[in-house]
Amino acid sequence: MTETAGPDKVATADQIGLSAREAAAPPPGTIPPHSAAHAVPPQAVPPQAVPPHSAAQAVPPRDSASWARKVDRLEVDHRSGVRGTNVAGRRLTGPVQGFGKMWQKTYRMDAGPEITPEQAIATWREHFPEFWPKGNRFAGALTGINPGDVALLDLSIGGGVKLSTGVFVLYADAESFTLMTPQGHMFAGWITFSAEREGDTTAVQAQVLMRANDPLYEIAMTLGGHRKEDKFWAATLTALGRRLGLPDPSVKTRSTCVDSKRQWRHSRNIWHNSMVRSVLQTISAPLVGLSRLGRGMNSTTNG
Amino acid sequence: MNAPAIAMDVRRVGETTAIVDIRGEVTAACEPVLMSAYEAAGGPATSRLVLNFGGLEYMNSGGIGMLVTLLVRANRQRQQLAAYGLSEHYREIFELTRLDEAITIYDSEESALHGVVR
Repeated sequence: MTETAGPDKVATADQIGLSAREAAAPPPGTIPPHSAAHAVPPQAVPPQAVPPHSAAQAVPPRDSASWARKVDRLEVDHRSGVRGTNVAGRRLTGPVQGFGKMWQKTYRMDAGPEITPEQAIATWREHFPEFWPKGNRFAGALTGINPGDVALLDLSIGGGVKLSTGVFVLYADAESFTLMTPQGHMFAGWITFSAEREGDTTAVQAQVLMRANDPLYEIAMTLGGHRKEDKFWAATLTALGRRLGLPDPSVKTRSTCVDSKRQWRHSRNIWHNSMVRSVLQTISAPLVGLSRLGRGMNSTTNG
Repeated sequence: MNAPAIAMDVRRVGETTAIVDIRGEVTAACEPVLMSAYEAAGGPATSRLVLNFGGLEYMNSGGIGMLVTLLVRANRQRQQLAAYGLSEHYREIFELTRLDEAITIYDSEESALHGVVR
């Protein structure tokens, strides 16, 4: 089933997040949920002198191990089986830095009563590349998905061309993990994979919060890119469902346009466009190979 | 989804600025609370909304996504969004996700009110 919401609708809370169940389990010493969740009307109160680093903040928060350390530009290790271009030295891009309309797309699957959210996410994190549709490569760390990892991607875009890009593991805990994209990727934003208990059953979902990175990608997304992405993640969730032992996995897709405005000040993102660069890299690959071969022969002759 | 472990209080400072004091956990589950606080703070006269994260105890990636949604709403109303009270850990998360490019971070309430970045 696919639903598409109108362009000016702002997504609701339960659509945005991924580790809601984890967040809903209050740790010792936190505010009781029912008495604490409130918003009071504005009052005329003088400014408070709140120190930026209170004593409570001296203790590392319990989410500290789940977040990646801050990086300015991505560093890449060699990974076999992928081209590995268009990632090293790139900056990360969130929805704020993207160009196109902002979309929130949710792909959700009922994983049944016997699978716990922790089991679903552990399986997903450990075997993430195995669930991708054929023709696409995800070359991540051998240890699975961990905060701070950079994975290299080769994505099939037709015509025998692979789009080479990557993703950064922004956040990972027992019930969710989030990947963020670099400059040049099709979209600027993040995708969160999560599982939560929903009544007697476990719901597993992938949720994308994104803008197309530049005008070219925006056109491509409008002309079938969104549909292709929907198929991609539905196929991924279906493969995960089969691995979890579901006889007939069913994925529901929901798309919401969070912001219909395009951010023209970011149109120059097109300079980093990995699709254009991947095409050029594919075309020039034989020439580059010949050039290297020639240089090697010269150095052998001269040496 | 269970009730979120968060409290948000709104204070108005002057005619055009409102401060939202956030205490507890910022996750996707607290979106109704944040949006309710935004409704209380973000009247037509409000041009500047300041988020006080001094009481922030936990934030996951869903919480960051929710802040992006808040940002879209504020931009639609032509309101500036600012923040202060972030610990070094959460300041780094704002920088890592590049949310700091849209939500200006200040060291203190005073500097946030006067628009003075450190």
